Amino acid sequence: MSDLPKGKLALYWAASCGGCEIAVLAINEKILDVAALFDIVFWPVAIDAKVHDVEKMPDKSIDVCLFNGGIRTSEQEYMAKLLRQKSKVLVAFGSCASEGCIPGLANATSRRKIFDTAYHNTPSTENPDRVEPQTQTAMAEGTLHLPLFYETLRTLDQTVPVDYYLPGCPPEAERIWDAITAIVESNLPPPGSVIGAETTVCDECKRTRNEKKIKKFYRTWQVIPDEDSCLLEQGLLCCGIATRAGCGSLCPQVNSPCIGCYGPNKGVQDFGARMMAALSSMIDSNDPEEIDQIIRDGIPDPVGSFYRFSLAAGHLRRAKVGSRG
Amino acid sequence: MSEPFKPKIVAFLCNWCSYTASDLAGTARIKYSPYARIIRVMCSGRVDPAFVLKAFGLGADGVLIAGCHPGDCHYIEQNYKTIRRHAMLRYFLERMGIEADRLRLVWASAAEGQYLAESIDRFVADVQKLGPLNWSENWRENGDRERALEEIVAEHAETMEVPV
Repeated sequence: MSDLPKGKLALYWAASCGGCEIAVLAINEKILDVAALFDIVFWPVAIDAKVHDVEKMPDKSIDVCLFNGGIRTSEQEYMAKLLRQKSKVLVAFGSCASEGCIPGLANATSRRKIFDTAYHNTPSTENPDRVEPQTQTAMAEGTLHLPLFYETLRTLDQTVPVDYYLPGCPPEAERIWDAITAIVESNLPPPGSVIGAETTVCDECKRTRNEKKIKKFYRTWQVIPDEDSCLLEQGLLCCGIATRAGCGSLCPQVNSPCIGCYGPNKGVQDFGARMMAALSSMIDSNDPEEIDQIIRDGIPDPVGSFYRFSLAAGHLRRAKVGSRG
Repeated sequence: MSEPFKPKIVAFLCNWCSYTASDLAGTARIKYSPYARIIRVMCSGRVDPAFVLKAFGLGADGVLIAGCHPGDCHYIEQNYKTIRRHAMLRYFLERMGIEADRLRLVWASAAEGQYLAESIDRFVADVQKLGPLNWSENWRENGDRERALEEIVAEHAETMEVPV
């Protein structure tokens, strides 16, 4: 691997928690191999390169850009477009860039409500003048600008074309290393592919599976699940059935249902729809009223339960916008 | 006077009962609303919730699922799964801000051409009352977005260079 000419690597962070940046470092000492193989030309969290530097680079001069985070503000959209223009290969790194993830869950509400919570309504917030971020503020020295906060969070590929996807919240260190190796050895799947497994978490899960028939859904705090049998059969909303493998079924291993952080498996276009299809099949009733009761009693938050990581990438993308804020 | 609202309805009809019913309605020259775009599926149980959500996402104003009566399914019990998926979808659609009545489940046997035609007419009339859905409008950002993007470019052009 080390005989190859040194490539250029960029990493960027948009609307995400920063966990993906940490995940890159979770490959431990292999980060030194990455540094030996690539010149890291832009990585705001770790090296001192400015946006100006990127703007001056020739188009397609960055070999690989690992972009994590969704597109929530105008600045992030600008950076996504800029890095797309400058990069040969753009990788949607992690769940936020791929499918919106937790920041994308805010698509269940509106900008107005997000601002009300963030700047006014939380008990620890003191904001008597009701100050909110403005895109323009006139000062004596000139006008100051802040990025525009969008009503709807978009995934990276809803903003610019993406070459590869690396799923996970965050991607597991081994999978990151697999992807880097695949890039270096030019052993990549066709463009547009997800770099990862093509099976579900259930396939990695060691629990015993029987026929799935349930009369009641439970939330995790309501029961202590049996450690050997399928969590779904015990009425817990385990998302393993729809979720791509790659984590080693970490959560079911410790008696906690899969929450779907590795995103939809191959062939699944809409994660939540797959969950709805599967869960409906399991309900042990043919009586419409009883079915409704089982669903409404057991699943108080269908949007959050089925789309915890993928609301922005689902067919509906967001909840209805009541009034534009 | 403005034109009446012509809703886009996607109707998934099962091969064995409801599609045959629509055939019967056709050969019997029964008139019914032209706004339902009929898609033949092998069974109402073949209608993945993703089909319904995709239809709404792509601009449908209503989605109709029609299949064999409970107990009559060609595949024994798949239409019972449809009952459950329908309940699950209605619950989910409500939470997303889509009127649950934009999704309807109808049972029509192969002999019920007249009933299917009437059901489609009724559903079209009900969706017309609800009005257009225009779902993709929900993620269209307003004009401020273009301006904000232009401002970033302008601001970067003005930024002082740090001498090396």
